[in-house]
Order: sequence, then structure tokens, then C-alpha cells
Amino acid sequence: MSIGLNHFLVISTVLFSLGIFGIVTRKNAVMVLMGIELILNAANINFVAFARFGGFGLKGQLMALFVIILAAAEAAIALAIVLNIYKTFNNVNVDEIDTLKD
Amino acid sequence: MSESLLIKIAITILFLPLTGFAVSIFFGKKFKYTYVIETLFISVVFILASVLAFVKLSYYVNANIVSEIQWINLGKVHVELGIMIDNLAVIMMWVVALISTLVHFFSLGYMKGDIRFTRYYAYLGLFTFSMTGIVFTHNLLMMYMFWELVGISSYLLIGFWFEKKSASDASKKAFLVNRVGDTGMFLGILMTFLTYNTFTFQSIFNQLSAGVLPFHSGFWLTVTGVLLFMGAVGKSAQFPLHVWLPDAMEGPTPVSALIHAATMVAAGVYFVTRMFPMLTGNTLLIIASIGAISAFIPATIALTQNDIKKVLAYSTVSQLGYMIMALGIGAYKFAFFHLITHAFFKACLFLGSGSVIMAMHHEQDIRKMGGLRKKMPVTYATFLLATLALSGVPLTSGFLSKDGILAGSYAFGSLTGYWIFAIVGFLVAALTAFYMFRLVILTFHGEPRDQHKYEHAKESPFVMAMPLVVLSALSVFFWYTPNPANPDAGWFLSSWVKNPVTVVPQEYRYNFMKTDEAAAPAAAESHSAEHHEVIFSESYTEAMHAAHYPAMGISIVLAALGILLAFAFYYWKKLDPDKLAESIKPLYNLSYNKWYFDEFYNGVIVAGTLAFSRFLAWFDSTIVDGLVNLSATVTRALSRFVGKFDSVVVDGLVNFMAYLSGFIGLIFRRFQTGKVQTYVVLAVFSLVILLFLFKSF
Repeated sequence: MSIGLNHFLVISTVLFSLGIFGIVTRKNAVMVLMGIELILNAANINFVAFARFGGFGLKGQLMALFVIILAAAEAAIALAIVLNIYKTFNNVNVDEIDTLKD
Repeated sequence: MSESLLIKIAITILFLPLTGFAVSIFFGKKFKYTYVIETLFISVVFILASVLAFVKLSYYVNANIVSEIQWINLGKVHVELGIMIDNLAVIMMWVVALISTLVHFFSLGYMKGDIRFTRYYAYLGLFTFSMTGIVFTHNLLMMYMFWELVGISSYLLIGFWFEKKSASDASKKAFLVNRVGDTGMFLGILMTFLTYNTFTFQSIFNQLSAGVLPFHSGFWLTVTGVLLFMGAVGKSAQFPLHVWLPDAMEGPTPVSALIHAATMVAAGVYFVTRMFPMLTGNTLLIIASIGAISAFIPATIALTQNDIKKVLAYSTVSQLGYMIMALGIGAYKFAFFHLITHAFFKACLFLGSGSVIMAMHHEQDIRKMGGLRKKMPVTYATFLLATLALSGVPLTSGFLSKDGILAGSYAFGSLTGYWIFAIVGFLVAALTAFYMFRLVILTFHGEPRDQHKYEHAKESPFVMAMPLVVLSALSVFFWYTPNPANPDAGWFLSSWVKNPVTVVPQEYRYNFMKTDEAAAPAAAESHSAEHHEVIFSESYTEAMHAAHYPAMGISIVLAALGILLAFAFYYWKKLDPDKLAESIKPLYNLSYNKWYFDEFYNGVIVAGTLAFSRFLAWFDSTIVDGLVNLSATVTRALSRFVGKFDSVVVDGLVNFMAYLSGFIGLIFRRFQTGKVQTYVVLAVFSLVILLFLFKSF
């Protein structure tokens, strides 16, 4: 059986789900960020797959490049925010960083 | 002397005494001689009344001078006030003015030294004003107003010595009993106004002759007439409202002379003469019956009374009964004639009694008098002359008038078969002669029974004796007719006083008052038009002629009998009155106790009214107040319920709303966790749902 578009899409879906799972279930904020990276990479695989098999051509590859750059930038900022959160709350447990009254 | 000048004179006569009253009331305290002004005014009134009477009766003898002003004008309702000067009015006015003037002079002597002297004269002025109003009025409304005014003047004057409880009680009794009659009169006036839309006499008579009847029936015309007559019953002290007049003797004697003998009580008779054209045969029969009863009962009471004024009071009621009876049986002219003559000799009798009372130091019991003839000759002579007139002895005016009434009752009996009136009339004539001469003999003749008082008695001064002389002089026959046996021949009855034309529809008149159209219409019309006199019918004139001499004869015989009996009992002492009284003790008691009328009224009407008022008071405090309290209680209960409802239900609802909001908020608050992860879950979840929803693309 030759590897087609669907195989890549399945992988990216699995990655996406794992990423969602990671965001939703991790207590540590850095872990949540890792989840976000996973989601982004899943989207990247999607783009590249469509570029090879879906008729996107080079547009897909280009898009993936942009996404990687953006992911890096976003990770930097996100970590900066996490640092600030740690400064404020002394804690990076996402369950405990709300100031909403119960 | 034009007609308008006569009207002006009449208005002056009306308002001068009122001015005297006002002056005395407002300035009496400071200026003690206001009574001189009042007396002066009254003398002027008398002069004016004399002028008015002279001019009217000489130059305008057949005219009816009327002057009226519009008072109330509301669309359909027109009320006029006005003055009517006709022969009746000017004669009556002259009598009122004369007697009022004489009483003013008499009171100068009688009321001398009284602490409220000026106020007495003020009240006399008020009374004269009110009486003049009644005499000159041309409509029922003014008549009623002055009727009440006269009632008030009477109340004030009877209760003049109000420190005495009997006097204040008597004045209240007079006013209240009068009021009972006035209620009937007012109802009659209302019915008249309802039917005829006017109060003026002439309009009413015109409409009635055109056929307008109250509620379109003769029965209601009779009822109206009887209701109007009730006023006269009250004012003229007829049965059953006669009880106030004897008690009214508590007032000063000149007041009794003026009001309760000559003028006010005559107002009732005057009123009936004014209303005569609208009285049906049935009304007249009722009037005659009441008059006959009122003539008989007091005559029997006067036989046993021992107070000189009470005898005269009952005599007045009896004579008024004569006049009312005369009107009821159609002897209109003689009723008015008797009114005039009675005014003079009764006033003379009362003033004479006042003279006696003052001489005897306010002793009124005739059992303590006697032999005063020698001490008070003028009083005696005038009193005797007046008594002769009252008893109906020939050559006096009283004889003429009473004889006329008796002839009328005789004719009435022969025409209608009701002989009772003639019988009563003649019987009362005999009784009158008897009790009057009893009075004269016991007071003036015989031996003095109270020696001490007798010593001090002396003749009254000129101011008191002069009125007596004047009034007794007017009690002889020649002022009224040159023929002492035939009153019709004189000017009084033939040219001055005429029978009025009755306007009641034919079927409701007495048989003898029906004008027979077929028989002699032309002659009757022309004759009556000339003399403004109604020819009742041929049969009536004949009956009167036929009755004249028999009635005269019988009345002379009966008067003589009465006088003889009086002399036999009291002068010659042939018969013993005390033994006779013992032998007919029940009758004597009935007479002496005034037929127990006062006791009957007290027991039935007064007690009944008090019981009813007690019942009403109970009703008011228990039931009405109970209802009010009940409503208050119900309101309180209702308010408690509403309050509970408000606090429980309404507040509960509001609270529930709040709870609901809170609950919903509690539920939805869960979504806001502040955790990013939760939001992510939600976003993904919604995305999945959306994907499934829009699977198509």
C-alpha cells in the first residue's frame, strides 16, 4: 500500500489530539506550552502533506516555514508571560492562577 | 290720591313698625326712651291706615289695587312678591292699627316699671309689622313668611316674663302647636304651587276657574283646601290645636288683648277668607265642623274657669269657632263682620281685665274679686258694654254679627239638612251669655271677697282707661249700619264687604253655591258684575231672608236666658252653683279640667314622641354605631389579611425571583473558572459540534 494523503492527515490529527490533551490535562504551564507546540506542528504536517499530495505546491512549504517561525516567536512570548505569572503567583500551576472568586 | 300713592302708603304702614322694632332693639339699651319712638310710629301707622281706609272705601270701593315685584325667576318658575289692597285688607288693617295703637298706650300704664320695658315695645313693633304683612300680602309665600313671623312675635311676647317657668313653657307650647298647623299649611302651599306654578292668589283663582285642578281631581282640591286650613286651625286655636291659647295667657294682658284676641288669632280666619274662592263644598263642610266643635268645647270649659283671663281666652276660641263655622257654611260676609266686631269688644274685655288685674295687684282669680263696680266705674261700664256685645244683646255690634252667623246657620240647615251647626250655634250663644255674665257679676258685683286687695283698688289712669272707652264705643251698632236690626242694610256689608266669586268647579260646590246657568244667567251675570258679588243661587238668598227673623228671635231669647241664669246663680243667689257642680261632678270635672286635652296630648303625643326618640337613640347608638364599628373591624381584618398576603406571597415571589437568579447564576458561574484549560476545552468542544453540524461542507 502506498502512502497517501490520508496517512499524513491521520498522523496530524493524532498529534493535534495529543496536543489538545496536553493543553487540557497538564498542570504545569510549560507543559501547556508544549501542547501548543504539538498543535502547531500538527498543523505544519497538514500543510506539508497538502503541499505534496493535495495540489498546494510550494505554497504549503512556505506556509510551514511561516508557522515554524511564528511558533518560535510565540513560544518566546509565552514563556515570558509564564515568567511573569511566576513572578506574580509564585506558582505555574494553571489550576491555581485564577483570581476569580469561587 | 292715586293708586300708586295708596301702594306707597301701604308699604310705609308695613315697614314703620319694623323700623320701630329695629330702633328699639339696637338703641334700646343706651337710649331708654325708644318706646316713645315706637309708640309715635304706631300712631302714625294708625293715621295712615285711617287715611288709606277712607280713600279706598270712598273712592276706590270696587277696585283691587295690586302691586308686585319679581323675586325669583328661574325659567318656568316665577315667584312674585306683592301687596294687594282691597276692602278686606284696608278694614282689617284699620282694626289692627287701631288695636295696636291702643295697646301701645295701654302698656304705658300696665307695663310701667318692667325691667325690659323697651324690649316689650320692640316686640310689639315686630308683631305689628308681621300682622300688617299678613293683611296686605297678595300671595301664599309672603303669607307664609309673615305667618311664621307672627308666630315668633307671639312666642317672644308670651314668654316675655321668661323667668317664670310657666311662661316660657307656654310660649314654647304656643310655637310648637302653631308649627303643627303650619306644617299642614306648608303642604297645602306646596300642592298649590305644584299644580298652579304660582303663589299669587289671583293667578291661582284664574287658573282654577279655567279648570286646572290638583292632580286633575276634585278630591285633591278638597285635600289642598283642608291642608291650607290646617294653618288657620293652628293660628286661630281651633280644635284640636286650641290648647296653646289658654296657656298663652301667661303673657302680659295687653299682649293677650292684641295678639290672642283681636289680631293674630284672627289671621287664621282672614286667611280662610282669602282662600275662600278655592274651597270646595267638602272642604267647607270640614271647616264648618271644626269651627262648630271649637265653638262648643271651650264654651263649656269657660263655664267653670276661675281665672279672669282664662275665661276670656276660652271665649276667644269659642268665638273664633263661630267665625270659622260661618265661613264653612258660606256666611262669608258675617264671618268677616264678626271678626271685626269681635276684635273690638274682645280687646276691650282683655284690656278691661288688665285694668282689673292691675288694680287688684296682679290678682287674676275671680273668686277673690267682687264689688269692683264702685271702685272702677269706667272699667266696669266699658267691660259691661263689651260683654253685652259678646253676648249678642240687641243694639250692639256683636248682636248684628252673631245674629248674622246664626241666621246663616239656620239657612244652611234648611238648605242642606245639616241642622247641627244651627243647634251648636244657638247653644253656644246661650252658654256665652251665661259665662260672660257670670264673670261680670263675680268680678264687679256683690261683696268683695278679698277685703285687703279691694281697699287698694282704684280706677286705672287715663292711658289705660282711654283705650277701654274707645273700644267699647266701637261695640255699638251704628258704626256698621243705621238699622240695628238689619246688618245688610248698612254700608259695611253691602258696599264694603262682598261675597267673593268662588272659582271651584260646579260639581264640587255646595248645592246652594252652584250658579244655575240655565235659569237666570243674564240677570245673575249683570247683577254680580255690577256688585262683584256672587249670587249663590236664588234658593240661598231666599233661605237667608226666611231665616233672618226666626234666628234673631231665637238668639235674643237664648241670650236673655243665659243672662237670667247667670243672674240667678250668682247675683240673686237663687240657685247654688256649687251644689249644681257637685251633682254633675263628672261633667264639672270634664269642664274644669279643660276636657283633659293637655293630659291626653301629653300622654299620647308627647310621651309617644319621647318614646320614639328613645327608640331612635337606641337605634342610633346600637345599630348605626354598630354598623360603623363593624365596618371598621372588617377593614382592619381586611388590612391584616392584605398585609400578610403582601409579606408572604408578594415578598415570597420577589425572594423567589432573587433565589432563581442566584441559582441560575450559580450554575452558569461554573463556566467562568478562570482556567485557560477549561476555555480551551470549551472551544474545542464547540468546534467539534460545529463540524458535525456543518458536515455538509
